[in-house]
Amino acid sequence: MIRIDSVTKRYPDGTVAVDRLSLEIPDRSITVLVGPSGCGKTTTLRMINRMVEPTEGTILLDGEDVQRQPVTALRRSMGYVIQNAGLFQHRTIADNIATVPRLLGWGKRRARERAAELMERVGLDASLAGRYPYQLSGGQQQRVGVARALAADPPVLLMDEPFSAVDPVVRKGLQDELLRIQDELGKTIVFVTHDIDEAVKLGTMVAVLREGGRLAQYAPPAELLSDPADAFVEDFLGADRGIRRLSFFTSDALELTTDAVIPADAPAERLAAAEAPYLLVTDAEGRPLGWRERGSDGGRLLSHGRPFRPGTDSLRAALDCAVLSPTGWAVAVDADGRVTGVVSQQTIGEAIRAAHSRAEPDPDPDPARGEDEKVAG
Amino acid sequence: MNGFFDIPSDLQHSWAGLVGVHLREALLPVAAGLLLALPLALLCDRFRWLYPPVLGLTTVLYAVPSLAFFVVLIDWTGQSELTVMIPLALYSLVVLVPAIADGVRSVPDETLSAATAMGFGPVRRYLQVQLPVAAPAVIAGLRVATASSISLVSVGALIGNQGALGNLMAAAQKYDRPELAANAVLTTAVLAILCDAALVALRRALTPWMPRSGRERTAVPREELLAKGAAR
Repeated sequence: MIRIDSVTKRYPDGTVAVDRLSLEIPDRSITVLVGPSGCGKTTTLRMINRMVEPTEGTILLDGEDVQRQPVTALRRSMGYVIQNAGLFQHRTIADNIATVPRLLGWGKRRARERAAELMERVGLDASLAGRYPYQLSGGQQQRVGVARALAADPPVLLMDEPFSAVDPVVRKGLQDELLRIQDELGKTIVFVTHDIDEAVKLGTMVAVLREGGRLAQYAPPAELLSDPADAFVEDFLGADRGIRRLSFFTSDALELTTDAVIPADAPAERLAAAEAPYLLVTDAEGRPLGWRERGSDGGRLLSHGRPFRPGTDSLRAALDCAVLSPTGWAVAVDADGRVTGVVSQQTIGEAIRAAHSRAEPDPDPDPARGEDEKVAG
Repeated sequence: MNGFFDIPSDLQHSWAGLVGVHLREALLPVAAGLLLALPLALLCDRFRWLYPPVLGLTTVLYAVPSLAFFVVLIDWTGQSELTVMIPLALYSLVVLVPAIADGVRSVPDETLSAATAMGFGPVRRYLQVQLPVAAPAVIAGLRVATASSISLVSVGALIGNQGALGNLMAAAQKYDRPELAANAVLTTAVLAILCDAALVALRRALTPWMPRSGRERTAVPREELLAKGAAR
């Protein structure tokens, strides 16, 4: 565990970058430091590996003061990922990744094997090993940055706005990749970002810092969204935190109905007998074709929109489907895309109220988290 | 009889011998200058306040006429090649120190932070990260220093027989043989061109990591350096 104990960083000109900050960073989880520029989040990160020395206070790594540890050994025991990757442009991708193992005195062959293993882990093609950084895209470079940080298998990973310089699509891919890698490796990750969406998506715990390096709130993301500590945090979270919070509720408790679902080749009597104002027409496999207005001849179907998957997707995704649906009903499908039922906005609204009352005061941060941040946003 | 390559015997060398001496007297000072400039540039990078005074000092040294150096040095090192090479080494600093210092400084902050965060000490970071990245700029500096040094060796003729191909020019005057002066000028020019080509080849070999278009971009500071070198 990393324990930051009333740490202050004051520069000679009197600027206070970090002001009596105390945080307990749990092992094997992602802790995000988030805040506007000038809130001291990067300074805090850099004090952990002593690239910046605190003016007051101590930082303990597994109970030991980092300032009492030899600085190079300390840094080599912590992976570091920086914005724009900061790759060594004069070294090949494999050599970049093998940097810390080589510094630690590993043999060339072992370091190279390790580099190849990590390239696979971060999703880089083996053929890139002999290339130079300028030949890679920004997203690929950032993957190399992550691989390089993981090379010596450090227990701690420090990440300083690693994904903020790539475009949103690539960023989402990198975020998902990080969550997958974290599932496999279970590192203690300290992640700095100014993007609250990224913080909510990645963080097990999120520390919101405000200007002048003071801690505004330290909580799991679901709690942050439900109970912001003050107006600053509420403002920082943005206007749609209620919607975003739905990402943390699972959609598998939604009551689906199949009354309004009919196969395309259903007999006419069944069509006439249906009571719902809209009917979801499916093909022979059970996949959705579109909505048919009751009484219409069925020649032209309304789009069924983007379906959601109960259990995998969150309530936010379900609500989003219903909001975007021309009929106000969301379509639920299974893993193969076959319709399992439909649900109305009203039913989703009831589920949201039920989820809220269940969640108070301590919402369960796990189900379906982070799956669909960007769907509605 | 009095041919283009007939070197007067008082020069004590054949034409090829003079070329060898010339290269030695020109290139050893540049190598010495490089060895001196590398740590100087590291210090200038570590302690930013040091850069302006160091740069000022190299400029002042460059402004001292070689004759003045000879007068002072001759008491210590006599009429030797060393007397010629010491000022040449000092002159090369005016190009090499800023070339290395600026090249090293151009390494992106993220790269430096990443290196520090991975546990590179300052010296290792300088040698393994900053210098290799600065290689194109360093070699651009070496090209100017080398060309300048090759042309300056000739002044060694002022202290007797230490000007290599410069002695040939003195002989041309002494024996009224203008073809020897032409020989000296042409040979010096060819040496300068060959050395420059060798340095360009070295840069190509050292920087497989550079994008093709980037090669041209790093050549830009060289124009600046050339202007400075040409002032002499």
